[in-house]
Amino acid sequence: MIISIASGKGGTGKTTVAVNLALSLSSAYVGTIQIIDCDVEEPNAHIFLKPHITKTLPISIPVPRVIEKRCTYCGKCQEVCVYNAIAVIKNSTQNDPLTDSQTSAPGGKVLIFPELCHSCGGCSLFCPEKAIEEVGREIGIIQIGTAGNIEFVDGKLNIGEAMSPPLIRAVKKNITNNKVVIIDAPPGTSCPVIGSIKGSDYCILVTEPTPFGMNDLILAVEVIRKLNIAFGVVINRTDIPTASGQTGYQEVENYCSKENIPVLMRIPFDRKIAESYSKGIPMVEFIPEYITKFIQLFNNIKKSNHK
Amino acid sequence: MKQIVIISGKGGTGKTVITAAFASLVKNKVMVDCDVDAADLHLLLNPKILERHEFKSGKTAVIDGGKCNQCGMCLEVCRFDAITQSSIGSQQSTVTIDPISCEGCGVCSLICPQEAITMKECISGEWFISDTQYGPFVHAKLGIAEENSGKLVTLVRQNAKLIADKENRDIIIIDGSPGIGCPVISSISGIDCALIVTEPTLSGLHDLIRVVELTRHFNVKTFVVINKYDLNTEMAEEIESYCRNNGVALAGKIKYDTAIIEAMVNKKTVIEYSKGEVSQQIKNVWEIIQNELD
Ligand code: SF4
Ligand code: SF4
Ligand code: SF4
Ligand code: SF4
Repeated sequence: MIISIASGKGGTGKTTVAVNLALSLSSAYVGTIQIIDCDVEEPNAHIFLKPHITKTLPISIPVPRVIEKRCTYCGKCQEVCVYNAIAVIKNSTQNDPLTDSQTSAPGGKVLIFPELCHSCGGCSLFCPEKAIEEVGREIGIIQIGTAGNIEFVDGKLNIGEAMSPPLIRAVKKNITNNKVVIIDAPPGTSCPVIGSIKGSDYCILVTEPTPFGMNDLILAVEVIRKLNIAFGVVINRTDIPTASGQTGYQEVENYCSKENIPVLMRIPFDRKIAESYSKGIPMVEFIPEYITKFIQLFNNIKKSNHK
Repeated sequence: MKQIVIISGKGGTGKTVITAAFASLVKNKVMVDCDVDAADLHLLLNPKILERHEFKSGKTAVIDGGKCNQCGMCLEVCRFDAITQSSIGSQQSTVTIDPISCEGCGVCSLICPQEAITMKECISGEWFISDTQYGPFVHAKLGIAEENSGKLVTLVRQNAKLIADKENRDIIIIDGSPGIGCPVISSISGIDCALIVTEPTLSGLHDLIRVVELTRHFNVKTFVVINKYDLNTEMAEEIESYCRNNGVALAGKIKYDTAIIEAMVNKKTVIEYSKGEVSQQIKNVWEIIQNELD
């Protein structure tokens, strides 16, 4: 079973839910839990789980390289590439004044912009001269290890690198089928999020009771519905205290009941939780009562298939 | 004209709240929201939309079932696992493309011997020019489950710049996106100054280090502000010493204050809502940045 943890808005407690769910389940289902951190731009699960890393793998994506001596500068590759990652400059045909003949291979140059290349393989496939080979370009690393009896995998995107989806795909290749897999997805609603949660059996959306949390939850729900994945919501920091002593913002609860979205858990604002989080300590270690709550949450998920 | 971007590495640190506070503090500017896939700044600036534009980017492959003879060639060349074939070999076999997985590379349409695949342009979002009580505001909404957020960021920024040039605005203030990937890179290219909003947690520090490396990579003048610093003063000190040891300028520290959420619930910037300590602390941060820009 694959459960992904996502949120439209960042900083709502996605990693907290992912890590503590994994830890709670690991005591009940020994040896069957795997956590996959797909937030490759800012991976944080390792901070709380302190995994023992046994394998580190560089991840590369294929980008074209031109074998100059075969290339006729015909321009086909440039025509094929919809991402403008390849440009062909053909020298104009010149008359050679010494031999008074036209140079048969006027030459030119093929420019490749690897950071724009999506590795679709089109240019090498359609090059009539088979003049394009593919070479690896490293975009990040994957780390595999264990945290207690939890199997741990995360990815780390290289700084300055824009292509996170291929790294996310590589991270997800390590999913073990018969395990309970918990995916910590990146925030937002665009391609990295889709790539992370696609193929999940269930998605937990973590939000907080604020106007921002509300706005971003609505977007996240649209994404999940589009992907047709069963889902529920965890509301973090309920009763965020306000100066006037009110616990004002009920809109998130109202929205969920109106939309028939199950609220799987409410985590109250608790300075103890905030403090343990800030130090990188999982909350179930501070407040063990939550272990049974997370196991309960998991059992509810297994029963439901709300979409 | 100067451009400043507010980014965060880690989400939920208060980036948008601080950006909105600057809207109240700074004169003669253009406000921009580049957090296009979870845009929130409009919730505080109450924009009146003047112009609405479609954002077209990329294409999606579509199969004409009538022309397709199920040869399976497209399936083989698609590197994004977007094409599937049901009941291979049988009469009822169908080939389908999942529009969400399709990256629009067009390779399948070029290979198809039956010319059964066409590339259809898709509308993947909208962007807006709005009027607010704080001046012009350029913002966007990326379509659900769409890609190319980086391109949309670039488009929004180009238009903000056009407005700034036309109306002689001194400064463009940009709400960036979390992370270090494609939309963030588009938000910080060619910027005069980046303000990173962090929080006093171990995750906050980890993410800060990565985002500082990113602004360094692109040679952008960088400031850090520690939001909610009093939630863990020890961690706040650790972040301060990281900044000191790495030559990153600290622009200030902001207290945890419930006024921030109250202001948000009341759809106001914190500067308008509260005359308290947090507002003063944000003003101080702005002064430091302004000195740098001048
Ligand atoms: S398609 Fe092949 S031969 Fe033509 S310009 Fe490109 S690399 Fe050269
Ligand atoms: S692999 Fe695809 S994206 Fe990359 S250069 Fe070739 S055609 Fe362009
Ligand atoms: S356009 Fe590219 S990504 Fe889309 S289905 Fe065709 S080959 Fe696959
Ligand atoms: S290549 Fe064309 S004809 Fe062959 S399966 Fe794909 S769409 Fe159908």
